[in-house]
Amino acid sequence: MMESDESVFLIGQGVKSPWYVGNTTRGLLEKFGSERVIDTPVSENAITGVAVGAAIAGMRPIIVHPRMDFMLYAFDPIINEAANWHYMCGGRSHVPVVIWGIINRGGEQAAQHSQALQAMFAHVPGLKVVMPSNPHDAKGLLISAVYDDNPVIYIDDRWLYNFEEKVPEDIYFTPIGKGKIVKEGKDVTIVATSYMTIEAMKATQKLSKEGIEVELIDLRSLKPIDKDLIFESVKKTGRLIIADAAWKTCGISAEIAALVVENVFEYLKAPIKRVTLPDIPAPASRVLERVYYPNESDIMQAVREVIENAL
Amino acid sequence: MVRIRLCEESLVKPILEGEIRCPCHLYTGEEAIATGVCAALSERDYIFGTHRSHGHYLAKGGGMRELIAEIYGKEKGCSRGRGGSMHITDPERGILGAAPIVAGTISLAVGSALASKIRKENRVAVSFFGDGAVGEGVLYESLNFAALRKLPIIFVCENNLYSTHMPIRDCRPESNIFKIGKPFCILSYRVDGNDVLRVYEVSRKAVDLCRKGQGPVFIECMTYRLRGHVGPDDNIQGTHTDIRPPEEVSKWRKRDPVKKFESFLIKNSILEKEDLEKISQEAKKEVEDALAFAKKSPYPKEGELARYVFKD
Repeated sequence: MMESDESVFLIGQGVKSPWYVGNTTRGLLEKFGSERVIDTPVSENAITGVAVGAAIAGMRPIIVHPRMDFMLYAFDPIINEAANWHYMCGGRSHVPVVIWGIINRGGEQAAQHSQALQAMFAHVPGLKVVMPSNPHDAKGLLISAVYDDNPVIYIDDRWLYNFEEKVPEDIYFTPIGKGKIVKEGKDVTIVATSYMTIEAMKATQKLSKEGIEVELIDLRSLKPIDKDLIFESVKKTGRLIIADAAWKTCGISAEIAALVVENVFEYLKAPIKRVTLPDIPAPASRVLERVYYPNESDIMQAVREVIENAL
Repeated sequence: MVRIRLCEESLVKPILEGEIRCPCHLYTGEEAIATGVCAALSERDYIFGTHRSHGHYLAKGGGMRELIAEIYGKEKGCSRGRGGSMHITDPERGILGAAPIVAGTISLAVGSALASKIRKENRVAVSFFGDGAVGEGVLYESLNFAALRKLPIIFVCENNLYSTHMPIRDCRPESNIFKIGKPFCILSYRVDGNDVLRVYEVSRKAVDLCRKGQGPVFIECMTYRLRGHVGPDDNIQGTHTDIRPPEEVSKWRKRDPVKKFESFLIKNSILEKEDLEKISQEAKKEVEDALAFAKKSPYPKEGELARYVFKD
């Protein structure tokens, strides 16, 4: 993208260091120079504002926050300014900025190096929120995000960085607002976000051996959300598990549950179940971490409960 | 300056009568700053403002009809009635936007300067903010980053000595705001913000430096607001919420920037009294026309509430 479009640039802490962003930006600095690959001091509020202002002035910046936790410093430019801007100005100008937050947790990093804040941003009108779960979508969604004329919060998860996949070399767009059925099934729907899609996939394969056929949806886009895909699936299976590795209360899982009850209530055969983080800050000690982060066993347990527990 | 003064003053009656409900932070008394700075800019240069930006908007070339229509919440307002007094804009004239979150637009202005630099367009960006904004951390982050990258931005601090009701001496131990540029190696000036020629002079210098790649520049302009923090008067309905000493207010009234420049022009035989009368009359006509336009304009359609959340 940076090659074909001079309005695209990257800004943020650690863009030139693999310690912050993994191998994502390898080679970019050498190719495009420090004018368009801008490593910054630790000033999340101002730097995010700079990206927002540059977008208002016609650029397509990507501002990276190597740890989502630090994005909290930038709530004003993201929410008060970027999200509201197009509306407040009666559509006279727009903000084509991508705000890329990396969930970077585990490894006993504890509460301030672990947070998954997608629900906070999905709550705000004027922001789009996407979370790819695989390399193909990671590229396609980033491209869609950059070329979307609205502010997009692009959230990926460091735990996904080990997965490798061959992706097409050219530019392609994965549509924002569309989820994906990873596997079709008739017994229960699992809607998963980001890393939980991987866990749900493992659960799905194991459950199949028990005779339970899961329909697995990778949500990909939290705002706008692919309601129709979810509704069609629930109509088919009558059972819903939502797997989202963020806190339970007021998480995106709550939003999805509300939407399903509002729209396709009569198709439900069992209560909806949510597999999420508990409402607890992330602990450091590995023993506590192990019970803190949800995984395939939690998903399988939830599935078994809704299969047995018919309404 | 006359246009700004007459426009702001024309809003007083509708506000007091309840015809205008949107909170208006009037620029009366500070006209020399917007006028002086914007006179040094070209149309393609960028400005970002605050809750008190009617003056910036007009000085940069924004339409008065669209401004007042916006304050009246009409569809033909510059922000289609969605923003009100505190979110005025005219992107074609470089008025990229204004917002009331104190110091909220400073980093945005730095971003617009960065955009210009990356595109090698030689535009200058101006960030207007008040003495209150000097309490916000993001200002220092912005100064630092702008200086680090040598961005073409002018930071204009309109120091009217009060952060709403807080006098500056209660906000910071060091009252000389222009000194905050020094730790960031930014060229900094302080001027009499009620002397339009001085403001213009220092702005010309600042613009010139920025265009040569020697920015950023910091300018502190000393001034005083002659109306309330919001609305015509801080002392509403018998209250005494304007804690500013009456002697202080009358002292600054004597330094009225518009009157000051008018006497300068007369004294130096640049203009005659009749010329000033003529200017005043023209401005009065423009204001009356704009007010009539605003009052006659239609409101936004209720069914269009959801429009503009996203750009399609």
